[in-house]
Amino acid sequence: MQRAIYMDWNATAPVRPEAARAVLSALEDVGNPSSVHGFGRNARKLMEEARVKLANRVGAKVENVIFTSGGTEANTLALRSGGERRLIVSAIEHDSVLKPAVAAGASVAKVDRNGVVDLDHLRSLVKQDARPALVSLMLANNETGVLQPVADAAEMAHAHGALLHCDAAQALGRINVDLSALGADSLTVSGHKLGAPQGVGALVTNGTPVSALLLGGGQERSRRAGTENVPAIAGFGAAVAAIDLAASANVAHLRDALEQRLVAWDSSVTVFGRDVARLPNTLCFTAGEKSAETLVMALDLAGIAVSAGSACSSGKVRPSHVVTAMGYDVAEAGTALRVSLGETNTESDIDAFMAAWKRIQAPVATQIQPAA
Amino acid sequence: MNSMNNSSPILENRPKLPVYLDYQATTPCDPRVVQAMLPYFTEKFGNPHSRNHSYGWESEEAVEKARAQIAALIGADEKEIIFTSGATESNNLAIKGVAHFQKDRKNHIITVVTEHKCVLDSCRHLELEGFKVTYLPVKQDGLLDLEVLKAAITDQTAIVSVMAVNNEIGVIQPIAEIGAICRERGVVFHTDAAQAAGKIPLDVNAMKIDLMSISGHKIYGPKGIGALYVRRKPRVRMEAMIHGGGQERGFRSGTLPTPLCVGLGEACAIAQKEMGSEAERLKSLRDRLFSGLKAKLPDIYLNGDLDQRIPGNLNISFAYVEGEGLMMGIKELAVSSGSACTSASLEPSYVLRALGVEEELAHTSLRLGLGRFSTEQDVDYAIEHIVQAVARLREMSPLWEMAQEGIDIKSIEWAEH
Repeated sequence: MQRAIYMDWNATAPVRPEAARAVLSALEDVGNPSSVHGFGRNARKLMEEARVKLANRVGAKVENVIFTSGGTEANTLALRSGGERRLIVSAIEHDSVLKPAVAAGASVAKVDRNGVVDLDHLRSLVKQDARPALVSLMLANNETGVLQPVADAAEMAHAHGALLHCDAAQALGRINVDLSALGADSLTVSGHKLGAPQGVGALVTNGTPVSALLLGGGQERSRRAGTENVPAIAGFGAAVAAIDLAASANVAHLRDALEQRLVAWDSSVTVFGRDVARLPNTLCFTAGEKSAETLVMALDLAGIAVSAGSACSSGKVRPSHVVTAMGYDVAEAGTALRVSLGETNTESDIDAFMAAWKRIQAPVATQIQPAA
Repeated sequence: MNSMNNSSPILENRPKLPVYLDYQATTPCDPRVVQAMLPYFTEKFGNPHSRNHSYGWESEEAVEKARAQIAALIGADEKEIIFTSGATESNNLAIKGVAHFQKDRKNHIITVVTEHKCVLDSCRHLELEGFKVTYLPVKQDGLLDLEVLKAAITDQTAIVSVMAVNNEIGVIQPIAEIGAICRERGVVFHTDAAQAAGKIPLDVNAMKIDLMSISGHKIYGPKGIGALYVRRKPRVRMEAMIHGGGQERGFRSGTLPTPLCVGLGEACAIAQKEMGSEAERLKSLRDRLFSGLKAKLPDIYLNGDLDQRIPGNLNISFAYVEGEGLMMGIKELAVSSGSACTSASLEPSYVLRALGVEEELAHTSLRLGLGRFSTEQDVDYAIEHIVQAVARLREMSPLWEMAQEGIDIKSIEWAEH
């Protein structure tokens, strides 16, 4: 059976060949990186090489890269490292930031109709209370791909004694991500969004103190206990080293072509964040009243894998909190589809999408009914 | 060169060097496990939480099959298995999770001085938050005295955490008896089974276990994955540590790493199938190693009980040698002087000290871990090299010389520096 065309790279990306080779090679070795004998030292070497690659890629010091089990853990670690600071988050953060922050009484900054955080509102939240704050603002939204003014927010936050954490899980590998250019105090990155295996991520800091979540052996300079996931970390390093932002330009070309063809075929299509800077690979749109759920199913039957909002919401599908935060109503949010592309997508994938889309969206009378 | 070596009949029986004797630190990923995982890296790469397309479904199906394999190993229901990033996370989640949930009702935790560092550190952290923690001693054989446990439980006790098998000395705690005591007193019982699962039979119902931590890389599965068994009837309540998408029944958010879940499941299935015969094989290797050393070296001491012990572990102190020198003398053997987590430190093992092992002997201990890929050749090679190294170090030792002359070293009053 031919596999469906994969257009859901923001949910997870296929493992890159370089990363797969690194993982496999490390899986064939034995060794706990904390052991002092040769096996242990080899495992540690693999891990430290990956750490250097990641540090160089995001412009951080090697010792400030803390490997975690993924983006969610890294975000959890960043928020708890704020200690007694009050939390301020944007309304479109990933659930791993938004849910615990709101549960802890965080203030929530609004976004505009394009899905960009309202810096004036953010500033007023930072200034409204003399207690020091921790601001959490993502670099690129996972549903709309819309980029956030992190550098401006960080400058503003620092001017008022606040720290800024940036969730860059969706950004690394797709656009340039540089800790010092962003001015962020900490950065979350995720392996499986950029072609490393699932189960590895990192919190990268500028040296700001981290309050460990997992306690135990002194791994990761006592900032994250637990035997390190050496094969996945080695794969992460290989995937980071293979990042090719020129290839992202090609992905952007495909995305733009799809967007133009969708809008040209049906002028009622609304593309979220179309007027602002977005990730090169992400297209989030609504095309009328059919629920996203129905459309995703229909596309899956037609051999195309996309998603409605984010993949993380286990259990029932609910309207995207990102789209409602942009001022759309719940009904509209329930129709939002996310197409997210990657390096291995081709023009013929775009053709296939449009062909399927036209069949699904065409009036029933004109459809060729398949035999029962 | 290599092919020549390999074809030489004289060298054929030589083990692969260095010989890996550190199976309690980590185990090689079994090639069968690697094979099971491979398709889920590249071809079947979906996010198991993607509900709306086939890539997600096939990943989810693989994760659920793995969950069932883990459950089967410990007699649990698959709904009671939560995936984590490893046993350290499982232990942190179990202890802090139950304590935090109970904090307004119960504020007392009981554990044992010989637990893994991640259990002890979680408990110390809870003490800073205001919880009371009782650290139970162990007997000289490394085992818990059940009467001491019974006496420590109060109506304020929220959780008892006792490891099933110790990572340094391999002793097996009386888990079923502890489970019965905890159930009778209405206390949640957590066991860190990182070193036990797949090595000895475990049954969460027969042993009345409420929470059990499992590690992937200790049972020939991959690193970066573990599990926590969480009893549903009677339900164990605990607070999550990692929040977000609400995966794993809300106990643990984050995208599940499908290949690693598959690897842990396969590792459990293999362990379940082969545990009986493997235990016998390892026990005979272990006995060969211990008797081989004892036959050629006087004044060596086994730390921890020999019978209540997993078959793949020995922990031996060699009197009259110096620890660092011993490690340097057996460079062709990958062994550890204590747990991997603390192996960079020169402190003597807190586990051995808890057994009452004298400081000098605690400094000269070796943990010899055998496992699935250990061979008789490995064992014989280890005997030969440890005996040589110890004999050479003792020849240079004035203490050894005095001991041979019949001087009781403890009776000497050393001059103060």
